[in-house]
Amino acid sequence: MGISLDDLNSLQIDVMREIGNIGAGNAATALSKMISKRIDMDVPKVNILEFRNVAELVGGPEVEVIGIYFKVTGDIDGSIMFLMEKKSAKMLTNLLMSKIDEGESLDDMDFSALQEVGNILSGSYLSSLSALTGLKLVVSVPSLAMDMAGAILSVPVILFGQVGDKVMLIETDFIEGTNHVKGNFFLIPDEDSFEILLKSLGVV
Amino acid sequence: MTDLIKVGMADMNTTNCPGVLTTLGLGSCVGICLYDTSTKISGMVHIMLPSSAQIKNNSNLAKFADTGIAKLIEDMVRMGAKRSKLVSKIAGGSQMFNFNDASDIMRIGTRNVTATKETLKQLNIPLVAEDTGGNYGRTIELYSETGILLIKTIGYGMKQI
Repeated sequence: MGISLDDLNSLQIDVMREIGNIGAGNAATALSKMISKRIDMDVPKVNILEFRNVAELVGGPEVEVIGIYFKVTGDIDGSIMFLMEKKSAKMLTNLLMSKIDEGESLDDMDFSALQEVGNILSGSYLSSLSALTGLKLVVSVPSLAMDMAGAILSVPVILFGQVGDKVMLIETDFIEGTNHVKGNFFLIPDEDSFEILLKSLGVV
Repeated sequence: MTDLIKVGMADMNTTNCPGVLTTLGLGSCVGICLYDTSTKISGMVHIMLPSSAQIKNNSNLAKFADTGIAKLIEDMVRMGAKRSKLVSKIAGGSQMFNFNDASDIMRIGTRNVTATKETLKQLNIPLVAEDTGGNYGRTIELYSETGILLIKTIGYGMKQI
């Protein structure tokens, strides 16, 4: 019997929020090391939303966004996806490669840099999750796509849709000087894995 | 300009002529458009998954190809559409992320399209046009006045089917 997001109690949501918090903290540290600059972050927000409201988070279903998707295997199976607006992605690649590019478009170098950031962020999230739960987790290579928010979001929504009518995402703001990079992080355990995850955290 | 009637994810809607139905940013989901060629009554459903059969929480009929299409027909017939005059056009079913091992869940777009076609066939609704597959998102608009389905993309142009 799988657990769906619709049934989570407030303690379980708090635990998920804390995982997001620790994961994002580790990610900010890793990012900061990579660019040798101080990175601050706002306290991550954990949102549990109805499908129809998800796309509004990034400004609507037709806004162009970047998604970086990973598969997770090991003691639990599932997926991870990062989603950011094109603007945030551009800011991030400018930071990473110490360049000033006012243009809107992203080139292959930018995509490659974003995949690398995705690797670092997902690695940070997963290692904190692994440390907290004692579960062994392996993350796949990243797959990146740039398209309409609705289309990119259809992937996590479908995965969540197999067990319920809501999605969970963690909103994180990374801050470097005047640059705000806003990212949304989806952790999507497969149907049976959600229970394993919550059990290992001691909240079932 | 007629107002667009929005159809969200796992959602459906119907209209009389000259209403325009739209769903924004279709990815691996499939947008199924039904059109009554005699009364011009139109309907659209945005399904996410192929079948309600293996899913426990299946109360939202618009989420699945099998139940979504059946419910849409029911709603349209109630509005006065003729069951025998219904035709269909479908769009969507992309694979947004590429992975070498094509696990079931990554091929969900293809599975959604296959299930949609099977359901339409079982229900005897002719499929007159489709724009499915690929690896990009689509916004679709169904014009009840003409039955034309307009498809917009980022980087893959615009077309009518």
